[in-house]
Amino acid sequence: MLDDAFPAARHPALIPLLIAGLLAMALASMSLGPVALSESRILAALTGHGDAIAQAILFELRLPRTLVGLLVGAMLGLAGAVLQGYLRNPLAEPSVLGASNSAALGAVAAIYFGIADWNVVMLPLLSITSGLVALGLLFALSGRSESPLTLILAGIAVSTLAGAGISLALNLSSNPFAAMEIMAWLLGSIENRTMEHVWIALPCALLGMGLLLYDPRALDALALGEDGARSLGVDLRRTRRRLLLGLAIGVGGAVAVSGSIGFIGLIVPHLVRPLTDRSPSTVLLPSLLGGAILLVGADILVRLIPTASELKLGVVTAFLGVPVFLVHLLRERRSW
Amino acid sequence: MVTIAMRNLSADLGRRAVLTGISATLRPGTLTGVIGPNGAGKSTLVRAMLGLVPTLQGSVTIDGRDLKALDPRDLARTIAYLPQGQTLHWPLSVERVVALGRLPHLAPMSRIGPDDREAVREAMARADVGHLSGRIVTELSGGERARVMLARALAVGARGIVADEPLASLDPGHQIDVMELLAREAGNGALVLTVLHDLTMAARYCHRLLLIDRGVLVAEGTPREVLSAERLRTVYGVTGHIDMGGATPMVVPLARCRERGED
Repeated sequence: MLDDAFPAARHPALIPLLIAGLLAMALASMSLGPVALSESRILAALTGHGDAIAQAILFELRLPRTLVGLLVGAMLGLAGAVLQGYLRNPLAEPSVLGASNSAALGAVAAIYFGIADWNVVMLPLLSITSGLVALGLLFALSGRSESPLTLILAGIAVSTLAGAGISLALNLSSNPFAAMEIMAWLLGSIENRTMEHVWIALPCALLGMGLLLYDPRALDALALGEDGARSLGVDLRRTRRRLLLGLAIGVGGAVAVSGSIGFIGLIVPHLVRPLTDRSPSTVLLPSLLGGAILLVGADILVRLIPTASELKLGVVTAFLGVPVFLVHLLRERRSW
Repeated sequence: MVTIAMRNLSADLGRRAVLTGISATLRPGTLTGVIGPNGAGKSTLVRAMLGLVPTLQGSVTIDGRDLKALDPRDLARTIAYLPQGQTLHWPLSVERVVALGRLPHLAPMSRIGPDDREAVREAMARADVGHLSGRIVTELSGGERARVMLARALAVGARGIVADEPLASLDPGHQIDVMELLAREAGNGALVLTVLHDLTMAARYCHRLLLIDRGVLVAEGTPREVLSAERLRTVYGVTGHIDMGGATPMVVPLARCRERGED
């Protein structure tokens, strides 16, 4: 394992259970949809003997949707856990440093200026680029300070600026359809995703996860504060550069294919933390798996809840997130 | 064995000069106390010595090598640092916190080994927190928490220990325990530097004292050389009862004197 210096750092069944949950959720996501496919047809299609319709539904509609859901959820869950550890703040989530908003601004600009219509990769590309530009701004604003507070304040500035840009695009949008499209995108969804989206999200997510998962012990050391961490040999400046780059690329890639999906990054680390020794490093892997489970699960709900137009994923995660979070908070309040 | 030499060290925080031209040498096997009034620059001195605050001028060498040229992990294994204030941001168990002291010894991706476990166990025993092993640090009393943090620093197994106010929030019994522990570390050849406010403890246990006032090293030497009624008055602005005779020296501040003229 990457991070469990202590064998007893996590409940021994946690990771196996999460992996099983992830597989079950992925299977459920593959087998559920507006068109009912019998188990035998799914099985046949999976083994390559199925009929053309079943094959098309499974591999061109449900598989990309499931994969995008897994990637985005895993990325958001991990990013939340890393940020909470790094900023030593249980309220941190990928949006606090402006990663989500700035990636969203790039996508909104792509829709607003019609660039998104050129090619399916244009929107994600612009989104990731915009995330990286925001990262540069974040570094410029926070300067040499290593305090989490400076970084959070700089993040709020970047996030607010990007949010203002999004509002401006909505405000100036003369075409109501473009405005609708922007709104729909901001609500977050992984509906109608293709393998192209998977290929865009995959390298970003892998690179982002790699950067975020490298040396998780630096996060543990930060539990002792900046001086404590540095006196344990942690290079804080390098750690920050690595984590913020991983965040911009990973979350940028995720937002680029799914729109803004909130709450996953905030609640997943809180849900898994009680099953660990609560050190930031041991929360990372369970958060990654838990994020994937939660997002795909929410996406299954989106498909099952009968509404006139399909519910947006970001709406469902927010509605799911609040009660789960509140119950958890009431139970855990003592330890803060 | 490790020796730390500071030469003409100056540092500022923001625009305020905090340290001016400090030169001192800390030797192995010596328990050195840093004393001085609030805001004198004691914490900044120990932080500058470990490269935790940027220095304006001057140099710190550790065993003859410049601090800036040292690998941070090497430095972390050589000198353990106990910061002031017992900061802990997550509700971790005592054992987990103490084990953080082993981080500089762990190669990336490796597990904690039997040696590390032994060091953790031993450090907990030495700081008298073995019985708290499974407890959550944030739920402990201030004094227990202070000892856990000390155990964390001991677990590094370094040849040098720098402790910033390790006696804060300890009861008299545990204050004596901690001072005896630090003296024992020095007796075993470690370089021990500690920031103290209790002058009696400083006089009784420290081999050498550094007296800092307004960023300047005003006196350096044995407790007998450094602690005088005159210095209590000029540096701390107090009158005191000083009894340096016998095996248990005593320095008891008595009253504020108004001669320092700043208030």
